[in-house]
Amino acid sequence: MTAALEVAVARRIGEFDLDVAFTVESGIAVLFGPSGAGKSLTLSLIAGLIRPDTGTVLINGRTVTDCARRIHVSTQDRRIGMVFQDGVLLPHRSVLDNVALAVRQGGGRRERRAIARSWLERVGAEGLADRRPGSLSGGQRQRAALARGLAGEPALVLLDEPLSALDSAVRAELRQLIREVIVSSGVPAVLVTHDAEEAEEIGDEIIVYDDGRVVGRRSVERPTPPRTRGNAPPESGVSP
Amino acid sequence: MTALVPHSWLNTLGIPPWVWDPLSVSLRAAFEATIVVAVVGIALGYVLAKGRFPGRGAIETFFSLPMALPPTVVGYYLLTRLGGPGPIRNAEVSLFGHPLTFTFTGIVIAQIVESFPYCVRFSRAAIAGVDPRFEQAARAMGLPQWRIALLVTLPLARRGIVAGVAMAFGRALGDFGATMIVSGSVPMATTISIALYNAVAYGPHHQAMVLALVQLGVAFAILFGVSRLGKVRPW
Amino acid sequence: MKRKVSPAWSLGGKQKVAVIVVAVLAGFGLGFEVAHLFGGSIAYWGVVSGPFLLTLRVALPATLLAGVAGIASGYVLAKGRFPGRNLLETVGSLPIILPPTVIGYYLLEALSPGTPVGGFVTRVVGHELVYNVTGCIICSTVAAYPFCLRAARASIEGVDPRIEQAARTMGLPSWRVALVVTLPLARRGIAAGLTIGCARALGEYGATLMVGGDINGKTRTLSLAILDSFTTPERNAMLLILVLMGITAMTGVGLLGRTRT
Repeated sequence: MTAALEVAVARRIGEFDLDVAFTVESGIAVLFGPSGAGKSLTLSLIAGLIRPDTGTVLINGRTVTDCARRIHVSTQDRRIGMVFQDGVLLPHRSVLDNVALAVRQGGGRRERRAIARSWLERVGAEGLADRRPGSLSGGQRQRAALARGLAGEPALVLLDEPLSALDSAVRAELRQLIREVIVSSGVPAVLVTHDAEEAEEIGDEIIVYDDGRVVGRRSVERPTPPRTRGNAPPESGVSP
Repeated sequence: MTALVPHSWLNTLGIPPWVWDPLSVSLRAAFEATIVVAVVGIALGYVLAKGRFPGRGAIETFFSLPMALPPTVVGYYLLTRLGGPGPIRNAEVSLFGHPLTFTFTGIVIAQIVESFPYCVRFSRAAIAGVDPRFEQAARAMGLPQWRIALLVTLPLARRGIVAGVAMAFGRALGDFGATMIVSGSVPMATTISIALYNAVAYGPHHQAMVLALVQLGVAFAILFGVSRLGKVRPW
Repeated sequence: MKRKVSPAWSLGGKQKVAVIVVAVLAGFGLGFEVAHLFGGSIAYWGVVSGPFLLTLRVALPATLLAGVAGIASGYVLAKGRFPGRNLLETVGSLPIILPPTVIGYYLLEALSPGTPVGGFVTRVVGHELVYNVTGCIICSTVAAYPFCLRAARASIEGVDPRIEQAARTMGLPSWRVALVVTLPLARRGIAAGLTIGCARALGEYGATLMVGGDINGKTRTLSLAILDSFTTPERNAMLLILVLMGITAMTGVGLLGRTRT
């Protein structure tokens, strides 16, 4: 089975030096470590928002970055989904519009909006469809951001500290939701956090970061294997 | 120029023709000029904000020059390039049948040149000020660059862009030196600022007073509107 | 994620000042030189030097006045907490888009001895303010003021308030905080405002024409002189001077605006 993600990159910014390599076969991998360790930078490199100095990135067996062979697929073409720490939803459009923009398949506008609506339901935010992002609470906003990140049927979803800006009660509530929705959709994921509880609850694997390096890796024990119902098995994310 | 509104209406409203005629010339010219400036200026502002090519600073400096040059210099170059012998004049004659100096179109061109820098600078500042994460999120969603520009970048920058267009319009309305040199005081093409100059130099004093007050009011209204749009400062 | 700043643009602070000073001197120097060249003979140079020196006599004091007034009022607007702040800035910004003939008209009303206000002002000041250099200086000051004001306010507002708070905890009184902390930290924006204000002062035409009277030798600045010498060779020299100054000014503004990330 092709690995969901293979990363081996190095990048220097100012005084900071990142050099990491790891493979995620499937499921949810958590990049865990203190602030400034290079976790978010790694995510940006995987997404193609920044180029590494050297190295390669393969998503689902497809080479999207290869410095030696001068390959760099643009972010738009990587079939990824991203969830940011404070949502970064377009403030001048409704929540439904925001999610619908991410939907890649679907014949016409009506279909795309219907798909968007179903994703909002899955994250428990169907009542927010016509609201503006500015009027949402933190928890509501991150639900919408999660829907947007998954609505495009990505081959890989990247979450950059999605719960760090929320207060602890809301965080606890959403941890379960994130795991459940991602697992049921079958999309592999990489999540960045500095919160140990979050890492344990959401991740299948924890990759430990410190000062620009991977210093450890372990699996998370789960009582039951994750159920895979819903959209598509991981391989369908392969692009032509 | 007076065909816009019949004089009888104006008389009932109490607006004398010596106010309305030059005012309508100025408004029409400024309107046409601003449309051109807005389209080209916003596009150029986008390129300057997003582009990473050498000479970017030089291009912005070049297009900002009319702000730093006396209107007589701008007027001189317009007059000699548009009216004096050369490729531009030839193009005008083939397109319009006559050179554009001393015509209404000449006024519009002078206003375009003088007001262009405002639109470009405000737009560039506004677009460059958009939080890059919005565009990153849009890229992750798979949107192509042109859709990102239309759906994300420009809407988020709209306040600054509108302010730039408003300033350009105001500047076009308020132009005097360049307009006067390119088009003179041809009666069919007398702007309100030139009319004021004539009134101060030759005409009745009360006309000057009214013309000045009208322009003051318009300028104040435009600047007030811009100030409501919030903090956008390109210099 | 921060974008990397391309190293080609980041000159050190002192180097930038040096570049600007050199550019300004080069602009003036080149202007002189080329005026000589184009002029060819002493006679021509005589024609150009008059308006050129007059323009300097007008623009430099005007920039100084506008700068001081702009920085002071910009500081008040940036720090003050009174209603109508934005309204004051709007009024102060009027000369940017107000036609110069309107400015000239109101200045004439306010300054020429024939009018009620002007008569009073002339008596108070002691000598006439129209049809002489002083009138020109006033026109140029008005033209330059809004740029100095807006730039000063914006850059003073942009200063990190915590640095000022730290200075106050060190015991510095407010005026020293302003001089030692706020203004130095805001110097780039203020310099940009001064630069473009100077360019506007140099290039003022409409109001100067009305208030100064375009009197040859007395109030005929370069921008006015160009019209008078339209068809003569010395016109080229004048143009070159003004264009070089304009390029210098906008280049300076551009360099000052290069943001440090």
